[in-house]
Amino acid sequence: MQEHLIELQDIYKIYQMGEVEVRANDGISFSIDAGEMVAIVGKSGSGKSTIMNIIGALDVPTAGKYYLNGIDVGSMSDDELAEIRNKQIGFIFQQYNLLPKMNLLKNVELPLLYAGVGEAERHQRAAESLARVGLGDVLKKMPNQLSGGQQQRVSIARALVGNPSLILADEPTGALDSKTSREVLDFLKKLNAEGNTIVIITHDNSIALEAKRIIRIHDGRVVFDGAADAYRKEVIA
Amino acid sequence: MKTSQAFWMAFSSLKSNRMRAFLTMLGMIIGVGAVIAMISLMDGMIGYTMGSFSDMGADTISVSLMGAGSRQLTDDDFYNFVEANGDYFSAVSPSCQASFRVRCGEVRESDQTVTGVGENHAYVNGLTIEKGRFLSYADMRSRSKVCVIGSYTRQLYFGAEDPVGKTLRIGSEDYVIVGLLAEKSDSTQWSSDDCIYAPYTLISRAYGSAQPSSYTLKMVDPDHSSVAQQKLEDYLYSFYHTSDAYMVTNMASLLDMMDSMVGVMKKILVGIAGISLLVAGIGIMNIMLVSVSERTREIGIRKSLGAKQKDIMKQFVIEAAVLSSIGGGMGIVIGGVATTALGKVIGMSCSPSLSAIVISFGVSAGIGLLFGYMPAKRAAKLNPIDALRSE
Repeated sequence: MQEHLIELQDIYKIYQMGEVEVRANDGISFSIDAGEMVAIVGKSGSGKSTIMNIIGALDVPTAGKYYLNGIDVGSMSDDELAEIRNKQIGFIFQQYNLLPKMNLLKNVELPLLYAGVGEAERHQRAAESLARVGLGDVLKKMPNQLSGGQQQRVSIARALVGNPSLILADEPTGALDSKTSREVLDFLKKLNAEGNTIVIITHDNSIALEAKRIIRIHDGRVVFDGAADAYRKEVIA
Repeated sequence: MKTSQAFWMAFSSLKSNRMRAFLTMLGMIIGVGAVIAMISLMDGMIGYTMGSFSDMGADTISVSLMGAGSRQLTDDDFYNFVEANGDYFSAVSPSCQASFRVRCGEVRESDQTVTGVGENHAYVNGLTIEKGRFLSYADMRSRSKVCVIGSYTRQLYFGAEDPVGKTLRIGSEDYVIVGLLAEKSDSTQWSSDDCIYAPYTLISRAYGSAQPSSYTLKMVDPDHSSVAQQKLEDYLYSFYHTSDAYMVTNMASLLDMMDSMVGVMKKILVGIAGISLLVAGIGIMNIMLVSVSERTREIGIRKSLGAKQKDIMKQFVIEAAVLSSIGGGMGIVIGGVATTALGKVIGMSCSPSLSAIVISFGVSAGIGLLFGYMPAKRAAKLNPIDALRSE
């Protein structure tokens, strides 16, 4: 059997809100292979954020199995999850989530700092990563000196710097105008063409259609899983 | 993450919030400064008091004999005792006092105290001779009519003249002055400079008793004064069989008592200063808690990028420790300056005590660690999802 990069088996995430039981994820199963570009799409409250948190090792499921690179992540401790996030996953957030009091280089270095990489190598890799997103000449600038699109590129550089096996983008264009959104999406596509596995979480069908494969979540379940073309025909039409 | 990195992070985080950092430190600065100033001034005061007490003979034990029945210890008994207990005592000087009419030329004093002492008296009491010599063993044996006078006495009878070789009429006898003592306490009346020393063998006779009634023993090691005192008391008791016949006064034990009293006072003061350190520590904890809740998002970002609990923990604990150590360092400087300044005002030479510096710095850094721990723990335990969601 071929090993998948991400393997979700019957994932449940159940929150107890007082008397009410909320099933944010109600038995989700799918797998993603290395090199894919997948969009997980769903409305607000559909459970897409919950499944993103689980894929991103920010949270563990109530029930079900999650294998990342063949490693069982579903039942890990806090610190083990931190290790997975550090080594395997590069996050791109809607709000960029850069630390405002650090310059770009320091921001991009952070994952390497927590990975225990030495200072010289850290500088070098962070600078390379920033150069890759076209910000190689403003290493010492502070995040608030940049435009939104530039900040998002810094966060992409930060996501790439640790050579993760998965890049997880949560509404990566949510705070950007359409032109910059285009740039960011094109850049993500380029990264995918270079062999990176990319998962985009979005509520926006037009963004989702940029991916090759789309998984639609509704009420905590997968209601569509297939190619973008099929999605266009079946769901949108 | 390396600890050095955590230090770097702590400094840059404090730098970005200078005013708040300074105000938080202020408690630590005042606390540490107060501890140092108090301990150092106390030490200076103790040193000063102890110094003046030991001038009075901290290394001596005095014995007064009241006697019991007809039996009385003699000077020879004491000399033999000291010789037999050379580990504890180095010398003994008998002494007895009597009042005489003293005359020299036109100057007459009707009620001048003359102290009869042994040849060891100067050594036992740490007197120095300015001119001439002290009384000698031969003077004791031959009951020579010689005497040694203090600087006040010299002024009284001779003014600025050199008294050595001149005579004083003490009672009905002429005494040749063989030595002048160096000034010890400002040459005032009733002070130790107001004195005439003559051979005890003469004075005790004049007084009507064959033996001197008091003795001063010099101890080898004042730190073992209680053992020495016990030896002496055992000896005295074995002779008199009653403790009513003698009285033993030990300057060193008096000093010990004072020392412990001063020690208690010092502890109380340090306790008060310690409370201010505690308050400073709580201030630091408060600010760190504020800092943690303000930086929830930062913590979330760091955690999402792979920071483990111990990394976050380290960051905040070190930040608190750095905050309080810098405060402690500034406190040391201020405490040192305050000590020197106050010492000058009081008129004592006070220098900040090293132990106070080490202790207060250690305590301030420790308090930072201790009070930084709780907020840091809270930060480390934050759920990254919730933390990322916070604004």
